[in-house]
Amino acid sequence: MSTTIAQNRSFGAALWDYLTTVDHKKIGILYLVSGGFFFLLGGLEAMAIRIQLIKPANDFVSAGFYNQILTMHGTTMIFLAAMPLIFALMNAVVPLQIGARDVAFPFLNALGFWLFLAGGLILNASWFLGGAPDAGWTAYAPLSTTSPGHGVDFYVLGLQISGAGTLIAGINFLVTIVNMRAPGMTYMRMPLFTWTTFVVSALILFAFPALTVGLFLLMFDRLFGSGFFDASMGGNSVIWEHLFWIFGHPEVYILILPAFGVFSEILPVFSKKRLFGYTAMVFATVLIGFLGFMVWAHHMFTVGLGPAANSIFAVATMAIAVPTGIKIFNWLFTLWGGNITINTAMLYSLSFIPTFTIGGMTGVMLAAAAADYQFHDTYFVVAHFHYVIVGGVVFGIFAGLHYWWPRMFGKILDEKLGKLTFWTFFIGFHLTFFIQHFLGLMGMPRRYWTFLPDQGLDTGNLISTIGAFLMAFGTIVFVINVIVTSVKGEKVGGDPWDGRTLEWAIANPTPHYNFKQTPLVRGLDAFWIEKMDGRKEMTPAEPVDDIHMPNSSILPFIMALGLFIAGFGFIYQVDNSAWLAAVFIGMGILLGCMFIRSVKDDHGYHIHKEDLDKGAGL
Amino acid sequence: MTENINSTNSDGYYEQKKKEEMKHQLITFALMIIFTFIAFGMVLAELDKLFVIPIIIVLAIVQVIFQLYYFMHMSHKGHELPSIMIYGGLSVAFLTILTFLVLIWW
Amino acid sequence: MSNDTLNPKVMPEEPEKATLEGKNKFLGFWFFLGGETVLFASLFGTFLALRNSTNGGPSSQELFGLDLVFIMTMLLLTSSLTSVVAIYQMKKNNFAKMQAWLAITVILGFGFLSLEIYEFYEYITLEDFTFRSSAFGSAFYTLVGFHGGHVLFGLLWILTLMIRNAKRGLNLYNAPKFYVASLYWHFIDVVWVFIFTVVYLMGVI
Repeated sequence: MSTTIAQNRSFGAALWDYLTTVDHKKIGILYLVSGGFFFLLGGLEAMAIRIQLIKPANDFVSAGFYNQILTMHGTTMIFLAAMPLIFALMNAVVPLQIGARDVAFPFLNALGFWLFLAGGLILNASWFLGGAPDAGWTAYAPLSTTSPGHGVDFYVLGLQISGAGTLIAGINFLVTIVNMRAPGMTYMRMPLFTWTTFVVSALILFAFPALTVGLFLLMFDRLFGSGFFDASMGGNSVIWEHLFWIFGHPEVYILILPAFGVFSEILPVFSKKRLFGYTAMVFATVLIGFLGFMVWAHHMFTVGLGPAANSIFAVATMAIAVPTGIKIFNWLFTLWGGNITINTAMLYSLSFIPTFTIGGMTGVMLAAAAADYQFHDTYFVVAHFHYVIVGGVVFGIFAGLHYWWPRMFGKILDEKLGKLTFWTFFIGFHLTFFIQHFLGLMGMPRRYWTFLPDQGLDTGNLISTIGAFLMAFGTIVFVINVIVTSVKGEKVGGDPWDGRTLEWAIANPTPHYNFKQTPLVRGLDAFWIEKMDGRKEMTPAEPVDDIHMPNSSILPFIMALGLFIAGFGFIYQVDNSAWLAAVFIGMGILLGCMFIRSVKDDHGYHIHKEDLDKGAGL
Repeated sequence: MTENINSTNSDGYYEQKKKEEMKHQLITFALMIIFTFIAFGMVLAELDKLFVIPIIIVLAIVQVIFQLYYFMHMSHKGHELPSIMIYGGLSVAFLTILTFLVLIWW
Repeated sequence: MSNDTLNPKVMPEEPEKATLEGKNKFLGFWFFLGGETVLFASLFGTFLALRNSTNGGPSSQELFGLDLVFIMTMLLLTSSLTSVVAIYQMKKNNFAKMQAWLAITVILGFGFLSLEIYEFYEYITLEDFTFRSSAFGSAFYTLVGFHGGHVLFGLLWILTLMIRNAKRGLNLYNAPKFYVASLYWHFIDVVWVFIFTVVYLMGVI
């Protein structure tokens, strides 16, 4: 009996530990678990879409429900799966890569996570409360402003809250990378994943406020009777499209650049060569980020902006192919003549290159404004963005998880199951989406509930659905792999891949203060340089001393809870003004927590140097 | 106000520098007030629209630069990254406003 | 232990950046202001696109008077100067004077906010010009209201800091907090400069 009590208490203690943690490694795991959950949810929605389209005139789901599924599939995958999974990798790796003991704002880092989770839960609560949003993930007005029920309200509040979390996370990473680098870690010695994180955080900083404003306007229109997008009050729905895409296009680069960073880490390690053209890679990353802000209107070619505007945005869009091409060639040259090891992480990286190139090529095709009038809103577009987002971002996340799993959990994911996942997912992916290019060219519009028989679309859709099942199989195998590895897998040392960057210079498991002594960085691929000089560890930049650590706090969780409550209040106050109480209570909780945070001094605590060796296993 | 500044201990170089800066800030403030007067005055004088609008916008931009560089100390060293981020924000802001002026139609 | 390092006898030249936490706050807040720039640009853009969409209601020429706006502008500009003086006193480690100048800033800020509320009240009751009357109304109240919300938040923030630290005085732990709050206050003033130019002056012409 005593053992069960001990176990219960330890479970409670672990739960409390994760609820209050400000440790970037644990926050990374939180992001991974919740992002993974939403990824499976979004995948389930994808399967429903593909089953509905398996044959002409199918009625697996009703038309209205189909709209909800397809809206939630897009929204979930972008905001609740891809972004958090990328944040998981960033949190797990970036502070280690720059030789930092923690992030710049540990408290805000935790707050960012809980806000994201609160937003995601609000969004998905809609399934049980009268129907999910059904206006597409782009929520174009006036479709979104006139959509009946509360579905779109959940979209607005959910994204607003999780967007605030993302913005906070972005600022945290910017400051972390600027201020917390180890001695000697100059900007041009930062690993590429850190560089892409830096650029992506800047994109988040400048892109998300536009979404914030757009969502506020939509919320005011739907819930408080304003007329921004209501033509009968003099409003203009094109405002929403601009605001959404001023955010939305940088968002695409926010997703793909970290994936580029992951591949730029994996390819050199498993080719036993330094990354080819490091400087060019850095500048290409910055350039992509920069150009990413000048191309949003290519999503709006058919709105009628006029030939001048369309041409400018078309040319700017095509220009992005140049820095991206630089990257592709640099990856190829990194491989060239290398001593290549093929494992699961490497398989994803190798297959990413041709897959993403196809996606980029269709991107240039779509950028031709005149041709886009034909492609617009067809399955050609669907095929294009799945090639870049699945073939780029999801492959990147899988590759990054296989590569950094030993860093995060001390064990290597099972290679056999990993390769099974890879091959089924890879083949399934191309089967699903390659054919959709042709479905689109034959005129099949996106987002339609069903299609008619004998229009040449039957076989293509059947093949596409078969591919989707293969992808689902691969994903299930990955989940099994995670379970099997965590139960049976053997602990490995701190540097299982013979790595080049700082995160591999730490013993396994990573101590919660990361580095006992801050390392001295002597060049690019800091750990590799030390290895080449015959050392097994980094040269320390400081004597062993007391280590300053931040205090844990439950406040981030409570603040997110406050906004969660307020969110429901905002949504339901149109039906019954008593719900305004929920708004006041929720916002009161939020402001109260901010007040406590501001009033209570938080100096953190010190780990004394005598205790360092004892506590190393923590 | 100048008495306030002189009263506390005078500790050489940094004190001098701070005083210097305070002087700049007072001049900045005076200029901002003057600019505001000019802007309001021009509108009240009902001059030609095409003449007034560009001038008051330029005056606003100059005022903001004053705020950023003198009141918010962006002229000090150690403000390289804040400058990059503010100018980054301003460029996106410029594109956004340009869009809403020329790419929204009726 | 930490109290000695955080309470030096002589303040360093830049007390707001003397600790790592201070440096982080300083940089993080500037970056946040970069994001706020885009936020307000989106609101300004929306306002500019909708400023003539009066839907038969009162237009900006009929609504706006310049007297009140001029007084509000003067109040806010002056409060920007007083918060600069407060930071000047902070760097001289003169806590009492810093508190006094911050108090003046807060009073001026509340003056501004009351006038703004009075202005809104007049529009709503006398002119029947509301958030729901036209797209122009929605855009006007949203833009100016967002700014007003920032003013209110800034006032509460500065007040909290003043009351919180009234007894313990200035140290290297709270110096960055005061500094960052004053940056926020200046940024509010920056936005107002564009609001009085773009919304009111250009609205009257």
